[in-house]
Formats: sequence, structure tokens, C-alpha cells
Amino acid sequence: MKTRILAAALGLGLALPAMAQDSILNVSYDVSRELFTEVNPAFAKVWKDATGKDVTIEQSHAGSSKQARAILEGLPADVVTFNQVTDIDVLAAGGLLDADWRKAFPNEASPYYSLPAFLVRKDNPKGIKDWDDLVRADVKVVFPNPKTSGNARYTYLAAYAYALDKNAGDATKAQEFVKALFANVPVFDTGGRAATTTFAEKDIGDVLITFEAETGGIAKEYADKGFVRVTPSLSLLAEFPVAVVTENARKKGTEEVSKAYLEFLYSPEGQRILARHFYRVNDPAVKAETAADFPDVKLVTVEEVFGGWDKIKAEHLAEGGILDTLFVNQ
Amino acid sequence: MTASTPTASVIRPKRVLPGFGLTMGLTLTYVGIIILLPIIALVLKGAEVGPLRFLEIASAPRTLAALKLTISAAAMASVLCAVYGLLMAWVLVRYDFPGKRLLDALIDIPFALPTAVAGLTLSALFAGNGWYGAVLEPQGIKVVYTIWGVTIAMAFTSIPFVVRTVQPVLEDLDPQYEQAAATLGAFPFTAFRRIVFPAIFPAFVVGISLSFARSLGEFGAVVFIAGNLPMETEIASLLAVIRLEEYDYNGAAVIALTLLILALVLLAASNLLQARAMRYKGKRQ
Amino acid sequence: MSSPLPLSPTHTAAPGQGRLIPRLLIAAALLSSLLLVVIPLAYIFYRAFAAGWAAFAANILEPNTLHAVWLTVLVALVVVPVNVAFGIAAAWLVARFRFPGRGALLTLIEIPFSISPIIAGICYLLLYGRQGLLGPWLAAHDLQILFALPGIVLVTLFVTSPFVMREVLPLMQAQGSDQEEAAVTLGASGWQVFRRVTLPNIRWALLYGAILCSARAVGEFGGVSIVSGSIRGQTNTLPLQIELLFNDLNIAGAFAAASTLTLIALLALVAKVVLERRR
Repeated sequence: MKTRILAAALGLGLALPAMAQDSILNVSYDVSRELFTEVNPAFAKVWKDATGKDVTIEQSHAGSSKQARAILEGLPADVVTFNQVTDIDVLAAGGLLDADWRKAFPNEASPYYSLPAFLVRKDNPKGIKDWDDLVRADVKVVFPNPKTSGNARYTYLAAYAYALDKNAGDATKAQEFVKALFANVPVFDTGGRAATTTFAEKDIGDVLITFEAETGGIAKEYADKGFVRVTPSLSLLAEFPVAVVTENARKKGTEEVSKAYLEFLYSPEGQRILARHFYRVNDPAVKAETAADFPDVKLVTVEEVFGGWDKIKAEHLAEGGILDTLFVNQ
Repeated sequence: MTASTPTASVIRPKRVLPGFGLTMGLTLTYVGIIILLPIIALVLKGAEVGPLRFLEIASAPRTLAALKLTISAAAMASVLCAVYGLLMAWVLVRYDFPGKRLLDALIDIPFALPTAVAGLTLSALFAGNGWYGAVLEPQGIKVVYTIWGVTIAMAFTSIPFVVRTVQPVLEDLDPQYEQAAATLGAFPFTAFRRIVFPAIFPAFVVGISLSFARSLGEFGAVVFIAGNLPMETEIASLLAVIRLEEYDYNGAAVIALTLLILALVLLAASNLLQARAMRYKGKRQ
Repeated sequence: MSSPLPLSPTHTAAPGQGRLIPRLLIAAALLSSLLLVVIPLAYIFYRAFAAGWAAFAANILEPNTLHAVWLTVLVALVVVPVNVAFGIAAAWLVARFRFPGRGALLTLIEIPFSISPIIAGICYLLLYGRQGLLGPWLAAHDLQILFALPGIVLVTLFVTSPFVMREVLPLMQAQGSDQEEAAVTLGASGWQVFRRVTLPNIRWALLYGAILCSARAVGEFGGVSIVSGSIRGQTNTLPLQIELLFNDLNIAGAFAAASTLTLIALLALVAKVVLERRR
């Protein structure tokens, strides 16, 4: 009992200073670290100008599914910025936000998008141009574990979609292709960023597959290593959905600032920051300004190829689903 | 453990001393809240699935592979620790040389060093572009992301156990027996095998079993260096975490419970060994 | 675990065997220790200072890292005294009294020592998580245990709970209770007996246990990583901060944080060596 009271008292002690000023917690996916480091102060300034109030934004980063689970277990997120629609659906199912959360913000609550793309070593020694090159015997591929990382799930689906497209919709051939791809992966990290460090810091693999935004950021961060961005001929549109975790925000009285924070991502200033971090945006003016950074690519969507996330969950991601048969029994 | 009085008195059953109620109350409350309650939560979650499904999860190929990797890497790490520990204990007790005290103090570093730091450092050292990796990889020895990486991380974090259990016993052992044996013409190795080894054997085994138990449970150091290849370099506790991240709570609980049971069996065995070792020591005195 | 005897009589190698074998063994011991312990240790500082003092200072003084240092110290400040008190109580109970279930209690206390901290984290998640056993009750009363300081403290308490008892118990058993019983017969109160008789006898073991407990509390990673929620500058302890910086691609920062923890570990070791000399 004693420790419980002590723990509760400590909890209050920790909670109080945080409540004294406007403070929200943005729980996000793994590779958005640098993005929100730039977004947060920009929003704080906008908010201060508009309302005269100070706001601090706390950040937590990890694999999208891991984060969703933590929120279900009580991580007090006010807003989520994820890379996976399903992970917000999980929160809705847990009663933390409305089931029709996609109506709360424009463009299906997705302020920006990206796609799985490649990053190769200096001067592209293996001549990697497209998905077909990744299943060659002499190529080692790095991407995270599709069971825990939303990022890798897009990679899996994009490879699958490419193979379907190439083989006129033959599912067996597509699965063989993905299996061959998995066989070329020397290590599956749990999150997108860990895969990046594996490729960039530990010099493992010939090609890293991750969001185009991450490939752009890494190429810049490791300019001395001369990594080259490669955009495949076909890829999958990856939405980056956002939502206010209404249950938590209501309790903490942060609904208004949380909503404004997410709306800021849609503003020209927000979209410009996003584009600077190599995310593709919808704002026409920003799009025109930054067109040079974003090569043309044929983008297919989850709905077109797979019939939506519910179907993907049931057929591909469920225990014993297609992903399991390809992933484990290699 | 070392500061022993000549007569270890037998504790009498009568309660002359005060504080039984107080310490019993405190201990039970604390153990109940901090240790027992969380474990009960785990057992309940694991039991939720029923014995059949429990066995099914525990014996799924990926779980088995993870358990096998964890156990075999821990076994190899224990062998490494046994060899190194025996060498260190012997050298530290029997010989004098400059820097001996420093070396003695250094042995405990792996206990004091946070495991995450150990993992970060080892993975950087053994990576293909690290100090050790740059030497080893051209020879075709790959450590990072293989079972060797797991083994080395486990061995590093349990280095001190064997040294610290064997050392005091060796100190108590008078070298005159070895000298006598040498005078009688025995080869040094024979003297060691016949006289020293039987005396230190119980402590040696206790040290190895402690290393093994610690290696089975090691997480922080291993995850940095192991990689995540399912069926190949995925340790059991990491698999439990991955199951958790996949919202598979029952799966996570079952794997965690399996590890817990394994640890309990080891603990019981080690306590038994320790009791026997104590009895041996008692007889000698 | 146990300590070397204070200055055992110098043993010399058995005579008449030449010096080759001792020299070889000493060389092997030194070389293996160099490779296994010294170089990794040196490497941490090498990487931390690779970019110079200024960069190191900047990395350490970064607010989130500073907060992580503070949080780690705070957790240790709560955990160590609680576990010292528990260790004394449990050792007194087990060493001085016989009662049914004593063996089971001992095993229970030792569990945290032999299981992976990951399992501890999972246990606490299943207990205090919003979907756990006590979750609904906690949510109804608006108590935040996980992903906040209480959760981190509780898991650290679990992981470090046996350390003090493990050091104190063997000593109390070896010393027996004759002195204490004599004091009681002479009319001393329980508290007086403890303070005047027991405590002086066990103080070094107690301190040693406290040092081990602190070192472990400061370095705890696996269990805490499950219940922390890794909110930057709020619930990130120093070991978690290392992983975070590493994943932020700030390798120098990660090693700077790691060198701080290493320094704490070295201080604990020095304290231990000093204690052993005084014992």
C-alpha cells in the first residue's frame, strides 16, 4: 500500500508541472524525428501569435504499431501522427477516438504522403534501378521487420503490388517475388530508423528501402557517404494519417490546441516544412516550388490493389496470413 | 560471504529476538506488491489461452528457434565465461604481478556497466567498420548479426560470475598441497586436476549456472548486436517484445512465462548446488 | 559477488617448475582482459570525445539528455533507499526466524535476479496497463502509473529488489544471533539492538549491496523500455536516451551519454574497492 501511495504521489508531482502550461504529447512513428523537431517550434510560434499562449510539444517516436499499443495501455498522447491507417483504427476500436476520425481533417486526415523508395551506396555500384534488381543473388537489401514496422509493411505491399502489376495479377508469382526479396535481407530491425543505422552506420546491405522522405533525409545527413536516392518505376502511396486522441485531450483540456497543431500541418508553412523533409504534399503552390525534389513515379493505392486495409489485415497481416508464410518460412 | 566467524551458530527456533511481526509484515507487503502481483498478472494472461494453445504457442517453430538460439548462445557464453573465469581466478589468487589489483577491480565492470552501453559499444566494435570487425571480417568471421554476436554480448555481461565464485574458494585453498604434489614429482596439470579442481568444483559450477541464467535473461546488450532475423538471431525475450508490439498479448505472455519457468528451474538447481557447496565447505572447516 | 580477502598471503608458484607457465597464464589473463574489458571501455570514451571537448559538452548539456540524467538519478534516489529498507527487513526475517514457507519466500525474492528485465516489464504492463488487471480501476481514478515516473520506479524496484538482501543475508547468517540475543536479554529494545548490534556488523555488506543496487538501477534498460513510453525530455532515462540518440543518428551524442553512465559505473566500482579495503 505504502508504495502505491508513494507512486501515486510521485505521479501527481510529475503531472502537475506539465499541466501548468499548455503542453501536448505528439506520439509519432519512428523516422519522423527530424521533421517534428522543425514543425514543433514553428507551430509554437504560430500558436503564440494567435492566442498569446505558450505551448510545448512533447515527442515520442517508435514503430507506429508499438506506439498505438502504448497509447492503448495508457500513454497519454494528445495527438498521433502515424504512417498507418490501421494503427489509428486500433485506437478507435479501443474507444480513444471516434470511428470516423478520417472525416475530422481534410484529405482523409492525411496531410502528407510518401512512398517506399530506395537508397543505394555511392555511385550505385550494383546498378540498382527498380524492384527487379532487388531479388538478384548479389544484392543485399535492408528494411525493417514488417510485423512491427508500418514502414516495412508499405515496403512489403509495394513489392507485392509491383510483382502483381508485372505478372498481370498472378498472386502466386507475386508471392514468389516477395519471398525472394525477403531472402535477400540480412537483418530485420524493429523500426525504420534502426534499419537506417544498419545501412548507413554499420555499412550493411547494398540498398535500403524506406520512405522516400527518409531516403532524402539520410542522403542529406550522410552527404559525405554519397548515398544515391533511387525511385522505382512503381510504388505504393503511403498515407500519413493524423488524429486527435479525443479521450485523452478532453481529459487534459487540450482539444483546441491539439486540433490547431494538426491543422498547422495543412497550412502552407507546415506543408513547406514537410516538403523540406522530402514528404510529398498537396498544397499546389508548395508542390510547384519543390517539384525538382520529387521524381515522377507511378503510384498505386492500397484501395486499388488490395481492396483496402481491412482486407490486407485479414489476408496478409493476420497470424498465419500471407506475410507469415513468406516471412517466417524463408 | 568471506567474513566468516569461526563458529556459525545454529539458529534456534525459539523467537527471542523482536521484530518478527514487523519484518514479516514489511517483507510480505513488499514482495506481494512489487514481485508477486505483477507475476500473477503474467500467469493469468498466460493461462488465459488454455494448456493446449499454450503448448502450441510455446512450440511454434519461431518460438522454438528463439528458445534454441537463446539457450545455445547462453551455453556457449557460459563456456567462454568458465574458461576466462577460471584463468582469471587462478592468476589473481596464485600469482603476483604489477597491475594485479587493477585487473581485479576491472573484472566487475560488466556488472556495473549498463547493458545498453555494453550493447552499443560491442556492436560498434564488432561491426564491419569497427576496430574488431575490421580485423575479423576479412578472415571471414562475422560477429554482428550472427549467433556469435549474441554469444559475445551474453558472455560480456556475465564475465564476473565465475571469477567471483571461484576466487574465494581458491584463496582458502592452501597451495602447500600443490607444492607437496609437485615435490612428489606430479606434473603441474596433474596437481591441478587432482587437488585444486575437486576443491573448487562446486563453486565453479555455481558460477557457471549463474552465468547461464544471466545470459538467458540478457536483453539490452544483445538487441544492439543481434539483428532480428526471425528463426536465426532472434532471442526469446525479443520475440516476447515483438509479440507485444503485434498486439499478441497472449503470445507475449506465453513466451515470457516459458522463460520465467526456465529461470525458476535454473534458480532451484543453482540453490541446490549452492547448498551442497556450503555443506562441502562446512565439512572442510 | 564476494570479495577477495584483504591481502591474502602472497602465494608463489610451486618451486622447481620454472617460470614459463605462470608467465604464459598471466599474459593470457592480461591479453583477454584487455580485449574483453579494457578496449570496450576505452572505446566508449574515445567515441564520446572523438569530436573534442566542446562537442562532448554540447551533447551532455542538451536539455533532453540533461533531463534523462536527472530522471535517472531521481529514480535511483527513490529505489535504493526503499530496497535497502526492504533488504534489511527481509534479511532479518530470513536469518533470524524459522517459519513455514521460508524457502518459498527466499525463492520469490530471488526471482527478479534470475529473469530477464523484459519479463518484468511485460508483467507490469499486464498489471497496470489500461487493458491490464488494474487498468480500469486506475483509469477510473485517473492514476497514471505506466508511461510516467511511477511505472519506471516500480519496474526498477522489481529488478533491483534482491541486491541488498543477497549481500546482507549471508553475513547475518554467518554471524549468528548470539550478540543480539544477549542484548535483548540485557533489556535492550528491538530498535536499540538493531542500531547498536546488527547495523555495525552488517554496514559494509549493506553499503556494498546499496552500491550494486544503485549501479543496476541507473543502468536498467529492458524493463524500463517497455513501461516508459519514451517521451522525450519526460520519461526517458539515460539508458533509453542512449538508444534514442543512436536512432536519432546522433552517434556522438549516444556515446557521450554512454560515457556518463560508464563514469557512474566506474565510480561505483571505486567505491566498492575502497569499501573492501576497509572491511
